[in-house]
Amino acid sequence: MSTTLEGYNFAYLDEATKRMIRRALLKAVAIPGHQIPFGAREMPLPYGWGTGGIQVTAAILGPTDTLKVIDQGADDTTNAISIRRFFTRVAGVATTEHTAEATVVQTRHRIPERLLREDQIIVYQVPQPEPLSRLEPRRTETKRLHALADYGLMHVRLYEDIARFGHIAKAYDYPVMVNGRYLMSPSPIPAFDNPKMHRMAALQLFGAGREKRIYAIPPYTDVRSLDFEDHPFRPIRAPHACALCASTDTYLDEVITDDAGGRLFVCSDTDHCAERQATAQEAAE
Amino acid sequence: MTTPLLDAKGLTLRFGAIPALIDVDIDITAGEVVAIVGESGSGKTTLLRVLSGMMAPDAGSVLWRGQDVLAMGEAARRRLMRTEWGYVHQNPRDGLRLAVSAGGNVGERLMAVGARHYGNIRGEALSWLAKVEIDADRIDDLPRTFSGGMQQRLQIARTLVTQPKLVFMDEPTGGLDVSVQARLLDLIRSLSRELGLSVLIVTHDIAAARLLADRILVMRRGVVVEQGLTDRVLDDPQHPYTQLLVSSVLAA
Repeated sequence: MSTTLEGYNFAYLDEATKRMIRRALLKAVAIPGHQIPFGAREMPLPYGWGTGGIQVTAAILGPTDTLKVIDQGADDTTNAISIRRFFTRVAGVATTEHTAEATVVQTRHRIPERLLREDQIIVYQVPQPEPLSRLEPRRTETKRLHALADYGLMHVRLYEDIARFGHIAKAYDYPVMVNGRYLMSPSPIPAFDNPKMHRMAALQLFGAGREKRIYAIPPYTDVRSLDFEDHPFRPIRAPHACALCASTDTYLDEVITDDAGGRLFVCSDTDHCAERQATAQEAAE
Repeated sequence: MTTPLLDAKGLTLRFGAIPALIDVDIDITAGEVVAIVGESGSGKTTLLRVLSGMMAPDAGSVLWRGQDVLAMGEAARRRLMRTEWGYVHQNPRDGLRLAVSAGGNVGERLMAVGARHYGNIRGEALSWLAKVEIDADRIDDLPRTFSGGMQQRLQIARTLVTQPKLVFMDEPTGGLDVSVQARLLDLIRSLSRELGLSVLIVTHDIAAARLLADRILVMRRGVVVEQGLTDRVLDDPQHPYTQLLVSSVLAA
């Protein structure tokens, strides 16, 4: 493991910036699902790689925290490793790959399979915080729609899906209503993960660096996926068992194994999958 | 006489040095069709925009069932606009979502007021398409593939689906050829009679006004120069401008 770098403030950002982000976070927690603007800083990685998530993590991290970073569920991909190493160097915090041991989980596109606890915080990296962005290009107008809770437009989009495909075709970034008031983008997590947000015990924070927005869901808050009475929300998952741990209730990634049509379905949450494999091995011995 | 649904008094609005409305009074009762006629630039559309709360006048009041429209919050006004009111734009492309199918366009107002049952929304959309004479099998087509007349009929269906009490129409037949115009006017007339709609229609077409309207207001340079029952105004015009307007209609 690399050692802590000299010359950087704890967790890279200066204290004034962290205070500004914390103020935005407090406001975000006070109004669940409402997007709070904040002055996002340039970070030493490109936009789209998690600048928003990194800034939120930097603002909430303490010296005794244990950080876990996942990218599409995996702990061992470039993004996850880079961000983990970044915080090891600039904050000297402990890192882990085990969901159960982490106090802060920064994530891109997944929620861990293991239930999060009250003493944990999950930080999402968000590319586009505005759920209505594809439907209404004017930011001034979407702000007004949020203020008036005028969300008929989003249902029009779902209606169009059913009319065209016979079902709601949105499989990720599936819009949710938070606390019965604000329409929110859950970041591009699969719709499969949406039910996990509902009344989650952990605090959920969302950071969008390029779009300069922060929003949050406090613990035990109602989060409902939008749907129609006769076309209820369905969490979609590939109808297979994991090739490594045989799980039938986790979210699966499809892995192409050769160019002759060979493919494999494996858990997207690598930590959860490894844990299950270890338990199975113990039981076998 | 019953109290009017919409009652406006003393509306005045200037665009810089140009007076758009000068001390305009207008009211409309339930089930009544009122036409506003006048030449281009006489303030007809501006009057409609002020009455529907889209624009604030410099002076005057607009009452909807005794409630001051101009003093209403934006949320209340928007609710009114998608429940009890409707607005049919001159250009259907302003009133429709062109990237959304015909069914979605009709369903939007229903969903905006809380309809959450796909089957019911679709059923309602189908029945409205039938009422405005659009084939049921075009329900999933985009409005941009429709002809101008069909787009206008779709806009009317979309506006009437929540059964408003009052519909503002801004030259709904503008830019359409005469046979399509005739069918559209026929449709508006039968729908307003069937549903007991109040319609405030802006037009420069005297013949359309005679066909549709119970009452008529003649505007010129922001002033209402003459108003009264349609037949009275058109058969016995008092004001020189009205006389000019009536005499300039070409007999077919």
